[in-house]
Formats: sequence, structure tokens, C-alpha cells
Amino acid sequence: MPAQFLLVAPLMVPLFCAAIAAIFWRRPLAQRLVSVVGATVLLGASLVLLDRVRDGTILVAQMGNWPAPFGITIVVDILAAVMLVITAVMALTVAIYSMGPGHQARDHAGFHPLLQGLLLGVCGSFITGDLFNLYVWFEVMLISSFGLLVLDRTREQLDGGIRYVVLNLIGTTLFLGAVAMLYGVTGTLNMADLALVVPQVENQGLVTAIALLLLVSFGAKAAVFPLFNWLPASYHTASMPVVAIFAALLTKVGVYAIFRVYTLIFSHDNGMLGPVFWFLAVTTMVFGVLGAAAHYDVRKILSFHIISQIGYMLIGMALMTPLALAGSILYVVHHIIVKANLFLLAGAIRQHGGSFALARLGGLWRTVPLLGVLFLIPALSLAGVPPLSGFWGKLAVIRASLEVEAYVLAAAALAVGLLTLYSMIKIWNEAFWKAEPLAAPPSGWSRGERVATYAPIVGLACITLIIGLHTEPFAALSFSAAEQLLGRDAYIQAVLGVPAAAPGATP
Amino acid sequence: METLLAITIGVIFSASVYLFLSRDLPRILLGFILLGAGTNLAILLVGRIGSLKPALIDTADGMLGAGAANPLPQALILTAIVIGFGLAAFALMLALQTWRRFGTLEAEDLTEAERIDPPTLSSDESHPGAKA
Repeated sequence: MPAQFLLVAPLMVPLFCAAIAAIFWRRPLAQRLVSVVGATVLLGASLVLLDRVRDGTILVAQMGNWPAPFGITIVVDILAAVMLVITAVMALTVAIYSMGPGHQARDHAGFHPLLQGLLLGVCGSFITGDLFNLYVWFEVMLISSFGLLVLDRTREQLDGGIRYVVLNLIGTTLFLGAVAMLYGVTGTLNMADLALVVPQVENQGLVTAIALLLLVSFGAKAAVFPLFNWLPASYHTASMPVVAIFAALLTKVGVYAIFRVYTLIFSHDNGMLGPVFWFLAVTTMVFGVLGAAAHYDVRKILSFHIISQIGYMLIGMALMTPLALAGSILYVVHHIIVKANLFLLAGAIRQHGGSFALARLGGLWRTVPLLGVLFLIPALSLAGVPPLSGFWGKLAVIRASLEVEAYVLAAAALAVGLLTLYSMIKIWNEAFWKAEPLAAPPSGWSRGERVATYAPIVGLACITLIIGLHTEPFAALSFSAAEQLLGRDAYIQAVLGVPAAAPGATP
Repeated sequence: METLLAITIGVIFSASVYLFLSRDLPRILLGFILLGAGTNLAILLVGRIGSLKPALIDTADGMLGAGAANPLPQALILTAIVIGFGLAAFALMLALQTWRRFGTLEAEDLTEAERIDPPTLSSDESHPGAKA
């Protein structure tokens, strides 16, 4: 059935591309071609999926034709489809950007097969409807990210890699433990089935404990407040295409898991969990942005800003209103594009200015004004300056906070936005505006490398502008996604309802 | 039996937490391997132990016989063991590579990733226009 093939396409495409790219281990050109073609096909498939689910249908496929609560279910709703599209956009961007400076070393170290492996894990996490299967996809993603992080095998990468590896290993093992306990209490692992069974469990205290244990493991993945230390300790060591895809996708998988699990399975527990999310949102925002304010290395500043932005995404979970959740989803989409673009720009800044340290940069506005303009678009968008994409997400979450009179949340969101602007202006002043501290080293890069670097940056900047200036369809989509998340019955019905008709449940 | 297994899991978890608190990387990795083992035992336990009848389907009636052991935890554990093995292998190779390059595996001596960020701007930044 074509619908089923379409549903597994986000898994099959990266899987095949990883295998083919690995076969062409010694032929970098073929690997690059595989990466770009694979990402394009993935983008096409995701767009078709998004088009099919846009009206609210939920596409379901039962793997191996096992009926719903027993086998592994693949589910695509609006949120999952949106995340798939954005993942494919990032895949294409990074596949092109990776042909920029330093590509020889990357290609020979196996960048492309690992990138496809990472995409496989990310896509799998977005579309799975089974909690244990989610663990498996997490691990697929994790092992690929380990390989990508230490791709160049420099001393600093090995050191950063150890921090990243150890903390993430513990995080996912905790997740496995939580899954085991949930299975022990409910006897099922299918998310839709869990949503039905969990509220009926007698020992609700145990359910809350499991919910919190899951929150710890997802929080460690999403770099939420007390568990974010692995991120700024490791991200800045990786090469720029790698850190761009990490910043775009890895933490967002954690956020997506939080959205999915706490709206679907533990939604009845929100009276207890709401204040927890509330606290986590504020502390994550504040600590992230203060960490960024204290640093003077472009990569470190941007790494800390990933953390502070995660806080905004949690506001939706804290309030659980359609507006707040829609704002959070819009924020995720905007953030993925903008943050990846900033890291791509950091790579270009390094190429022109010879360093990531603000102290050693300067005068770029005079030498490469184009880079300055391209930097300002995502930087101001990240801070939430009005016509750009970040503004609308912020507007929605702050308005939602004010509606339920959560003034502390709103105040924190506004203050953090201001401090974000401070950090971005710091980069601007130091790297672009002030005089050159030294004569900039000649940036020896070929025309092809220049195109490969600038094309993705320009492309993502255009997407940022489109989301900012033509918000209506994006906002409408976020609202439908949020309403679908909150009205969880449709999801449950689609997965469990009439299994025989489910695979062909197309409009 | 359940109680005994629960206590065993608790002891394994405490041992792994103790190892995590060490500054020595191989000990931390041993802690991770122990944590994985404890979690696998936990999966076995939550799947309800007690039955010794293997979870095999009789071809005659095509159904799992009554009183058979729960097959799902075994499938889950098998998956988790394979994944844990892969991750542990990678982590050990990373530790080996680090040992070769740094000559140490003490957390306190591994500070390379922190050094690349100068704590402040250098002093000449206070006169931004000086060299313009």
C-alpha cells in the first residue's frame, strides 16, 4: 500500500543512504551526492506526508502487520510531519554546507554515513508510536552523534566527546529504566494504549514517579535546566556542519519527546507536572542566557543560547493551553532554522576572521558586509525582534502566559529575550563592528567552497524571513498541531480504533 | 524471588552510582555497564518472573501455551543488550584513544575542551578604534 510506503520513507531513505554512503567509503564525491540526493528525497517525502496530514488526519502503519498494542506502530500527525520537514531541510542544508572548507578530512572520516545515521535516529524518534522503539531510535541517534562529535579526533574533541558520551549514556539508560517500570505498571508499551491504561492504574503515585523519571531522561536530552552541562562542554569542539545539525535537531528530539509523552500519556497528571514544567522553563531560560552572557567565544555563546531557547519551548508544556502549545511548536520550528543558521555563520566568521574568539575577531563589517547582513537576520530573529520569525513564537507564548496570569513566566521570557539581544549585539560589536585586532589571515578557500558555505546560509535566512513576514500559514499549522496534541482521542482512535482500516486512512 | 531480585538490582544500581562519582574514566564506564545490567534485570523483573516454561509457540494450535514465561521482556532485554554492547564498545575505544593522546584518564586532567575559550576579552579591546 503506497500510504504505508510513504510512512516508512523517512526511515528507509536515511537507512539506504547511510548504507550506500558507507559502500562508497573511499569516494567522497559519490558520498556527497548520496547525501544531497537522500536529503532531497527525504524532503519530498516529508512534504507529501505533511500535505496528507494537514487537515487533521493521522496516518498510521502497523509494522509487520501486527495489530496495534502488540507490534510497533508508526504514527504521523501534524507535529511529527512538521518535524520531519524541518529535519529534511536541515539535512539538505548541512549536506551542502559540509562541502565547504575542511571537507576532505570530513569526507574521509565518514561524515556522510554518520549524518544519515543521525537522520535515521531523529526521523525514527519523530514517527514512532512505541515507547521502547523510541529508546531504540534515541540510541541510533546517539551512536551516530558520538561518531560525528569526534570526527576530527583532535584533543579537544576527544575531551568534549567524553563529557557528551558519559552523560548521554547515563541519560538514555535512565530512560530505559523508566520504560521498564512503565511496562511493569501497565503491561503495554504502545503510546496510544498507554494513554488509555495509565489513568486507570491504581498506584498513581508510582505513575507520577515514572513520569518524573522520564522527564529526567528527556530533560537530559533536551538540555533542560539542571541537566544541561554536557551541551556547552562538548558542542563547541565539533566541526561546524556537525554542530549545526546537533544544535538544530538533537535537543529538539528531547523537546518533541516531552511534547508527545506528556500530552498523550501523562496528560491527566498535568496538575502536578505543570508547576514542574513552569519551574524548569524559567530556570532553563535564565541560566542558559546568563551562561551565554558570560562567554566570549562565538560557539560557546551560541551553545548556551540553545539551552535558553529550550526554556521557551517548555512554556507550552507548563501552560497546556492551545495558544501556548502552538507558540512552543512555532518556536521549535523557528529555533531549528535560526540556530542552525547561526552556527553555519559562525563557521563562515571563522573562515573570514580566522578565529571563534571574539577578542581575535573584528572588522568583518568592512571586509565582508554581506556576512554582516546575513548574520543580523538570524541573530535578531533569535532575540525576537518584531518582523522576524522569533517574534511570533515569543509573542504567542508570552500572550498565553498573560492569559492565564502567569506573570513570572511572561516577565522571564521578556527579560531573557532582552539578554539574548545583548549577546547577539556582543557578537555583532566584537566580530563585525570593532576594528580588526590583527590583519585577518588570508582565507584560502576555493569558489566552490564559498558557494557551499553561503548557499545554505542564504537559504535559511530566506526561510527565517518567510516565516517572519508571512506567518499566517505557519501559525495556523502550529495551532492545528497543538489542538491535535491536546485532543489526544483522535491519536488514540487512529492507532487502536480500527487497525485494519488504519494503514489506508488517507483522505 | 522477586524481593531477592529487587535487592540485587538495588545493589547493582548503588554500585554503578558509586562508580559514576569517581574521577577515573574507566571506572565511570564500568559504572555504565553495571547500570545497563541492572536495568536489564529490572526489565526482566517487571515482566513478572516465576514461570519456567519457555515462551515457545506450539505449531499445532499456533498459540502461546498457558503459563509460559512472558516473551516480551526477553525481546526487550535482547535489544537493550545489543545496544548497550555497541555503546560500551564505542565508549571504551574513546577512552583508549584519549589515553593514547593525553596519557591520562583522570577527569581533572582532561580540560582541553575548556581551554579554548578565553575568559575575557583581551585588554586592547577597550580602545576599539585604536587600530582603525
